[in-house]
Amino acid sequence: MITLQVNGQTRQVDVDPETPLLWVIREWLGMTGTKFGCGIAQCGACSVHIDGEVMRACSVPVGSVGTGKITTIEGLSPDGLSHKVQQAWLALDVPQCGYCQSGQIMAAAALLAHTPKPTDAEIDEAMTNICRCGTYNRIRAAIHSAAG
Amino acid sequence: MTLERRGFLASVTAGAFTLAWSGRAEANAITGDAAPSELGIWAVVHPDDRIVVRIARSEMGQGTATGLAQLVADEMDADWTRVGIEFVAPHVNLAAKRAWGEMSTGGSRGIRASVDYVRKGGAAARAMLIQAAAAQWGVPASECTASLSTVRHEKSARWLRYGELAAAAGKLPVPTDVAVKKPSEWTIIGKSVKRLDTVDKLSGRQMYGLDVQLPGMLNGAIAQCPVFGGKLVSFDAKAIAAMRGVRHVLAVGDTAVAVVADKYYQAKTALAKLPIVWDEAGHGNVSSAGIATFVASGLDAAEAGIGLRQGDARAAIATAAKKIEATYGTPFLAHATMEPMNCTALVTADSVEVWVPTQNGDASLAAAAEAAGVKLDRAKVHKMLLGGGFGRRGQQDYTRLAVTLAKQIPGTPVKLVWTREEDIQHDFYRPITQCKLTAGLDAAGTLTGLHMRLSGQSIMAFASPATLENGVDPRMFQSASAEEFGYHAIPNLLIGHAMRNTHVPVGPWRGVNTNQNAIYIECFIDELAHAAGKDPLEFRRALMGRNPKNRAILEAVAAKAGWGTPLPAGVHRGLCQNHGYGSYVACVAEVSVSAKGDLKIHRLVAGTNPGFAVNPQQIDAQIDGSFAYGLSALLYGEITIEKGRVAEGNFDTYQVARMADMPKVETIIVPTGDFWGGVGEPTIAVAAPAVLNAIFAATGKRIRQLPLKNQDLRRA
Ligand code: FES
Ligand code: FES
Repeated sequence: MITLQVNGQTRQVDVDPETPLLWVIREWLGMTGTKFGCGIAQCGACSVHIDGEVMRACSVPVGSVGTGKITTIEGLSPDGLSHKVQQAWLALDVPQCGYCQSGQIMAAAALLAHTPKPTDAEIDEAMTNICRCGTYNRIRAAIHSAAG
Repeated sequence: MTLERRGFLASVTAGAFTLAWSGRAEANAITGDAAPSELGIWAVVHPDDRIVVRIARSEMGQGTATGLAQLVADEMDADWTRVGIEFVAPHVNLAAKRAWGEMSTGGSRGIRASVDYVRKGGAAARAMLIQAAAAQWGVPASECTASLSTVRHEKSARWLRYGELAAAAGKLPVPTDVAVKKPSEWTIIGKSVKRLDTVDKLSGRQMYGLDVQLPGMLNGAIAQCPVFGGKLVSFDAKAIAAMRGVRHVLAVGDTAVAVVADKYYQAKTALAKLPIVWDEAGHGNVSSAGIATFVASGLDAAEAGIGLRQGDARAAIATAAKKIEATYGTPFLAHATMEPMNCTALVTADSVEVWVPTQNGDASLAAAAEAAGVKLDRAKVHKMLLGGGFGRRGQQDYTRLAVTLAKQIPGTPVKLVWTREEDIQHDFYRPITQCKLTAGLDAAGTLTGLHMRLSGQSIMAFASPATLENGVDPRMFQSASAEEFGYHAIPNLLIGHAMRNTHVPVGPWRGVNTNQNAIYIECFIDELAHAAGKDPLEFRRALMGRNPKNRAILEAVAAKAGWGTPLPAGVHRGLCQNHGYGSYVACVAEVSVSAKGDLKIHRLVAGTNPGFAVNPQQIDAQIDGSFAYGLSALLYGEITIEKGRVAEGNFDTYQVARMADMPKVETIIVPTGDFWGGVGEPTIAVAAPAVLNAIFAATGKRIRQLPLKNQDLRRA
């Protein structure tokens, strides 16, 4: 049994410790907002926060998380809409297909938590998540807008 | 017809229509409302005035669903703030004798091929609401007007809301002779309204195919023969039988094997350990180098299909004062949709049901029924929102494979999910082509003849050879056809294609054919302008007298970009134009190339004339997105074949554009109001040639083989 702190709740799962956190979240805990895109830490679709740091959950063995506090897209804000990043995304109509956006939002939220007013260069460096629909320019504008 | 609905977290097993409510707070309260009324087939009006527009096409991010809702809502005189959408299920469409028309969504046709009938549907609903009000008041319908979901009778100062009229209106016959509005009367069409499908994409609640969860569902991972055309010989199920969660190890047809487990992670982990023997069907020695030589053999071959001919290009070039020649090439490309291929299937003795992200619901229905061996009317398709399509999800290989697998476990739903590697290595690739261009200039630098010879693979020859026209695939000439080519003032023209088909499967890919052809044409025209010692804009303009719309968009974009005005030191411009997928587009790129050969794309100025612009801000989004997709291809995109199979496997080896690659994009939308053009694809074609021409301006180097990652951009 592995005990996890997810979105403010204590959850127990019976999995091998090397199981990637992504699949534990999606398949054992049944939360599908965190997406699978590559499985090798390339695309960022699986981004979650562990103790406030953005991590690519596909490449984090669940056994390594320990008492770390995991936040998924479902736990970013109480109503799924009120975090300033979600608000900025809504205002600028950022998503196209939307599949990458959970990860983009989690990455942007972590960036703004550490760097309240990021420059374009800082955004380039922090936001390496892939969006095949190509919403990059709106993501950049929304991050600046959320930064205020 | 009964409507089945679902809230956010309800099971995805609901049937006829999948509700995707708009981005507003009331979305949470959608369940359990009083009976809504159908006004014809396109609009449903609720007693509280909410209007749900039915969408038959697929939504994969391109915004078509919102655009279609705008068309219907405008004709209805609806209050847009109370409009939502729901998707029609393919089996429901079939049972209604395809009343909702074509479901296939590709070729940038989602809106332009639906405009007539969906607007009439909205107009019919409006007429029914007015008729119901007129009857209730005992006044002639002609005295009533409608706006903002309200019918008014000015003479008696009475009004009724659509929600109050819906029940009575729904009992009236649906009029068929309704007229649609003139563009000058539009109030919602042409407005930059927000998308209707955003909120759930911000909270993680949006369900994609990959997120389907059904009671008792098992999860499958698939391995297909890595060599295209090869077969499954054998596998050793015992080797993985004891692994945690593994339930079944099954052949899927004669080309693949799948592991089915409690969890997908268990299935894919076990599959990676499964010993499998493949029959490579004699293709195990095919390589990219061999394919390149084979394709090159078509560049001078006598045999070729003709796409466009005027005058005598060969003779004009032979006698020209100056002859110029260049050969270009573009590789195979995978789609790499963000959501990997997947399909969930439930097969019983006489029925099949699938949950699938599809660009073609009708084709999914047919594929599911055929693979299950049941009658078409015993098949159900639940269209899931697509995590990207780009042409990949018009194919039905993944539907067929999921059903073929699930058929062996009757009564149990099975979700079959591709790993990224499987997805990239079993695609229907953008075809490989090369192009040899030859031209003649007279002593004054005027272009007297142009010969463009394409060679390479044809999608039609792969997918539907019976539809070839005398052995010719006319789509090879997209953007180089009589209708689309932009330089008809060239007196002598010959554009041909030599078929060179490989064992690699090919298919549509965002902007396919126009992408490759625009690079060949627009970069070579640039070469000619340079050889003639003329400005690339002026050189083109002189050839565009017979193509006023191509010329107008090029001029508009050049003006917006400040063509000819000074730039910061080290920054250089390139430009191009194209006509494809129904719209006229152009682009100016501004780039710099460092001494080390590093490319920086600073700014792309793009323009489109799509005829009508239903939602300008979404057109902007599509231009941005098409450029990201086009720049991915330009910078990195390359599928190589080694030993008959794809060498690349994941985003580490098949890199795509990311934030740092993305230039500023500025757009102008100049609809001329006399045709309906596409939006999702047209602009992708101009991203690469504009950048390549700017690279030449910066370095003096012509890059003629993509992608740029293989090229040295240091100054010549
Ligand atoms: S799925 Fe984790 S980075 Fe792509
Ligand atoms: S919105 Fe589709 S992949 Fe980013």
